[in-house]
Amino acid sequence: MTSNPGGAESSLRPVVAANAVAVGTSTTGARRASLRRILSQRSAVIGLVIIGFLFTIAIGADFIATHPPNDTMLRVEEGARPRQAPCIHILGCPADQPQHLLGLDGNARDVFSRIVHGSRTSLVIGFVTVAAAIVIGTLIGAVAGFLSNRTDGLLMRSMDVLLAFPALLLALVIVTVLKPTLFNAMIAVAIVSIPIYARVMRASVLSVREQDYVTAARALGDSSFNILRRRVMPNAITPLIVTGTLGIGTAVLEVAALSFLGLAAQPPLAEWGTMIGNERNQLFSAPWLIIAPGVMLTLTVLGFNLLGDGLRDALDPRLSR
Amino acid sequence: MIRFIIRRLLVSIPVLFGIIFLTFLLARVIPGDPCLVALDQRANPQSCALFNARFGLDKAVIPGVFREDGQLVLRLEQLPATLLDNQFTAYLGQLARGDLGDSVANRKPVTQVLLERMPTTIELTIYALIFAITVGMTLGIASAYRRNSKADVGTMMVANLGVSIPVFVLGLFMAYLFAVILKDSPIALPPSGRLSAGFRFDTIPEAWGLTELSGPPRSILDFLSNMYTVNGVVTGQFNLAFDAFRHLILPAIALGTIPMAIIARMTRSSLLEVLGRDYIRTAQAKGLRPRLVLFRHGLRNAMLPVVTVIGLSVGGLLSGAVLTETIFGLGGIGLVVYESITGRDYVVIQGMAIMVAIIYVVVNLVVDISYGFLDPRVRLS
Repeated sequence: MTSNPGGAESSLRPVVAANAVAVGTSTTGARRASLRRILSQRSAVIGLVIIGFLFTIAIGADFIATHPPNDTMLRVEEGARPRQAPCIHILGCPADQPQHLLGLDGNARDVFSRIVHGSRTSLVIGFVTVAAAIVIGTLIGAVAGFLSNRTDGLLMRSMDVLLAFPALLLALVIVTVLKPTLFNAMIAVAIVSIPIYARVMRASVLSVREQDYVTAARALGDSSFNILRRRVMPNAITPLIVTGTLGIGTAVLEVAALSFLGLAAQPPLAEWGTMIGNERNQLFSAPWLIIAPGVMLTLTVLGFNLLGDGLRDALDPRLSR
Repeated sequence: MIRFIIRRLLVSIPVLFGIIFLTFLLARVIPGDPCLVALDQRANPQSCALFNARFGLDKAVIPGVFREDGQLVLRLEQLPATLLDNQFTAYLGQLARGDLGDSVANRKPVTQVLLERMPTTIELTIYALIFAITVGMTLGIASAYRRNSKADVGTMMVANLGVSIPVFVLGLFMAYLFAVILKDSPIALPPSGRLSAGFRFDTIPEAWGLTELSGPPRSILDFLSNMYTVNGVVTGQFNLAFDAFRHLILPAIALGTIPMAIIARMTRSSLLEVLGRDYIRTAQAKGLRPRLVLFRHGLRNAMLPVVTVIGLSVGGLLSGAVLTETIFGLGGIGLVVYESITGRDYVVIQGMAIMVAIIYVVVNLVVDISYGFLDPRVRLS
């Protein structure tokens, strides 16, 4: 959206591309073309860079982290106290003090190492939650789109009920019902995002259901499952990827909010939302304990949002508004 | 138009029913025995049996399903007998009488808890919405008008950051900036509470000498008194209004930033689309002033999607209120939700959830109806 001014000239190309996707011919040439289009979107590139950075530190966490993320430094290092300010030697911190790039938290754990390991937690949360929601959501959407009006009505009305609650509030209630753990929080956030994917999928099914090539496939005796796989999925995959990418950001955000309230990840697990929640009363005495995880959380969500926006503009002009 | 409204109302009925059923069910499967929570140390088998009988908790949850020792058990043979006599029908009857039940933890009607806490949240939400709409639309219009300029790119960067920053992170960052870094400067702002410590003020009935008043008029005035800025302006206690407003600035901005960013983006893209239409070129060609073209021909036609996102953002504001009120120590609905979830006060959770969902449905309804006014084509189809 950012770099697509919406002029006639620039909207022409994606329309052609959308047709290519609609027919379902993802040849190497078409793939290369869409990759080129993605890389011509500034926001997609920035998003990719941010996400790449996060993946790098998540994969290399064990090498990048300077200390074990869950170990207290009390009695390990001389003079370590809880909530010790950052100490970086090249920035003038006395060399006889142990170096902690982002200081220590309330349990005298190294914040930098916890931040680094927290990227793993957040990425896993984002991808697993959204994957679960997409699988269930597309299933519901496909069934609703293919089956009778009554089933469709029933399924989509129940999706409406889920959508009638503000997502975070519903997740809050579900987590309470299930007991507050990280896994349950992920389930809760997945449940509240199911309707979004169900709607996307149903729309894709409805848009091709009456097409001639689907009628032809049916006449040739193709099963509903085959039609779904070969005719519907190629159409649905683009909006699903775009919605899913944006959804990862939302999922990370919502799970972090639940963690902040103490309803998801429990200490000592290194999770940014929990880190902020545990130390939020120390804002005035030890602000670095909140700023560091806050910045990382924002960066993660920003990365997925930018990539999602970029993908949408590049791949599917019908979705961009 | 009336037919359009009625049709929309009818469509929301099954959704509302589903909402009531879902919140009811969720509240019944919440772990933790309400009897233990309410009676605490006085809880024993006898007192719990009495307690459950009094609150109707010994009945079937829904036809054929009982709750025993915290587990839901299905008893099909009891289904016909409990078809009409169960907790759900009892609850529906109660709702029909406008009764949301009694808070188990603090033995007050939920409606009373709502009335006491609601003004804070309404005040907060309204300021957040005002911030979101004015700033968001201004940024969106400016950036569409000067598209691809530095201002446009900058605005969209702010908007992207705005949708990405978690409410609680932004709230804490701002509290740090305005209450710690800028502590002694003139633009320092308080990071918590609704009023400065020790601030004394009169409620509206007190200020107007209506202390004798009772009944609904009194409730309404008390309700309004609890919105401190309204109280301050209405009764002329401007220092009260000012102090309350200062306390609301940070929470309102924290809460309103995500909708602000969404509104800015939507205004920009919608306006850009409209500005590319033929009738805009016609208007420009016949020599209308650019400002007139932008506002009368452009903005008016670009409003529909903007109104939609404004409506949708109300739900986000209600969720965000839980976080904002927790951070800034404002005792509104959001804090009640959080407290009753940690305290397992499921009657309150249920009542809040239903109320929030109804607000949400009503807002969506209002949005749909406003389409009818903004775009006659919606009304006619």
